[in-house]
Amino acid sequence: MIYGIAVLSACFLLGQLIGTWLGQWLGIDANVGGVGFAMILLILSNQWLRTRKLFTADMEGGIVFWSNLYIPVIVAMSATQNVKGAISGGWMALLAGTIPTALCVLLIPVLSRRKPNDPIEKAQA
Amino acid sequence: MKELLIKNGLVTALLTTGLLMLASAWISARLTGKKIPMAAIAIFAGLLMAYMGGMYTHGKNGIADVGIFSGFTLMGGSMLRDFTIVATAMGATFDEMKKAGWAGFISLLLGVLVAFFAGVALALAMGYEDVRSLATIGAGACTFIVGPVTGAAVGASSEVIALSIAAGVFKSIMVTIATPWVARYIGLNNPQSAMVYGGLIGTTSGVAAGLAATDPRLVPYGAITATFYTGLGCLLCPSILYLILQQLI
Repeated sequence: MIYGIAVLSACFLLGQLIGTWLGQWLGIDANVGGVGFAMILLILSNQWLRTRKLFTADMEGGIVFWSNLYIPVIVAMSATQNVKGAISGGWMALLAGTIPTALCVLLIPVLSRRKPNDPIEKAQA
Repeated sequence: MKELLIKNGLVTALLTTGLLMLASAWISARLTGKKIPMAAIAIFAGLLMAYMGGMYTHGKNGIADVGIFSGFTLMGGSMLRDFTIVATAMGATFDEMKKAGWAGFISLLLGVLVAFFAGVALALAMGYEDVRSLATIGAGACTFIVGPVTGAAVGASSEVIALSIAAGVFKSIMVTIATPWVARYIGLNNPQSAMVYGGLIGTTSGVAAGLAATDPRLVPYGAITATFYTGLGCLLCPSILYLILQQLI
């Protein structure tokens, strides 16, 4: 089980490293897509280990354990947000936080309604 | 007793969260007939706890500012949040991600642009006139990290920076609460739309919590695009978008 967690940790740290480098390279003091890179690395190593039959059920258990903890962690995260601060920010903060977001939500069906055989997908393939 | 709970903060937080989720599961099943998912209730209860913590301590970290709940800082912090999000990638496949392709990329760009300019327009309507404040509030409409990063870069006042953080936190909370309700109407039920959603909305905590409350299987897809959003916002808002704004006003 610890091997699975180790694989996950390695992907996580490597992804964060890439994200930090990308941020530095772009000249901003932020981690650009570290989590995204880590996720891609995990999917790749998962496939790589599976094709070589090195990926045991035990290892998978180690990773699945952490992914199952995801919702509790999000609940804990919600409990540490500055909710009072947001509410005391008043109308300006409320409007600036919600109206632009609502506009973006309206765009979701527009962008995701494309079927896999739409031109935009073909161009990419 | 109190000392014991503080000393073992993380364990206390795990126990508290477990009880909170048990109660949420009960409410979900008995009072709403499972119409409102357990995760949505639990996350809302978490926000409520954060509000009470803020009222009680006047701190910024929600319930974590209350001594015995200090373990929430670690449990709900960015390290474990990102670690568990990455772990959810076990349930994701490359083939599904490829299908979102360009739509995912365009959604990221549009997500930052629309949030920024809509935020600027609102700030204008509310009487803000200087470019620095406008850009900072627009950036706050992206995420609560893009706001202060932009504000610091362009030299906005600390009140405006605080306002931009509040706007970003509001966004995150609103997204968390609203996502399960609007999911049906915007077709948020497959990996592709989840990636587009993550790119357009971008606030990682809101996206992750909102998707968890809607359908946990969608979390990895939304998270993978959302994770690029804050970086893109920090890149564009204080630079190109700020310069464009200077030309316009």
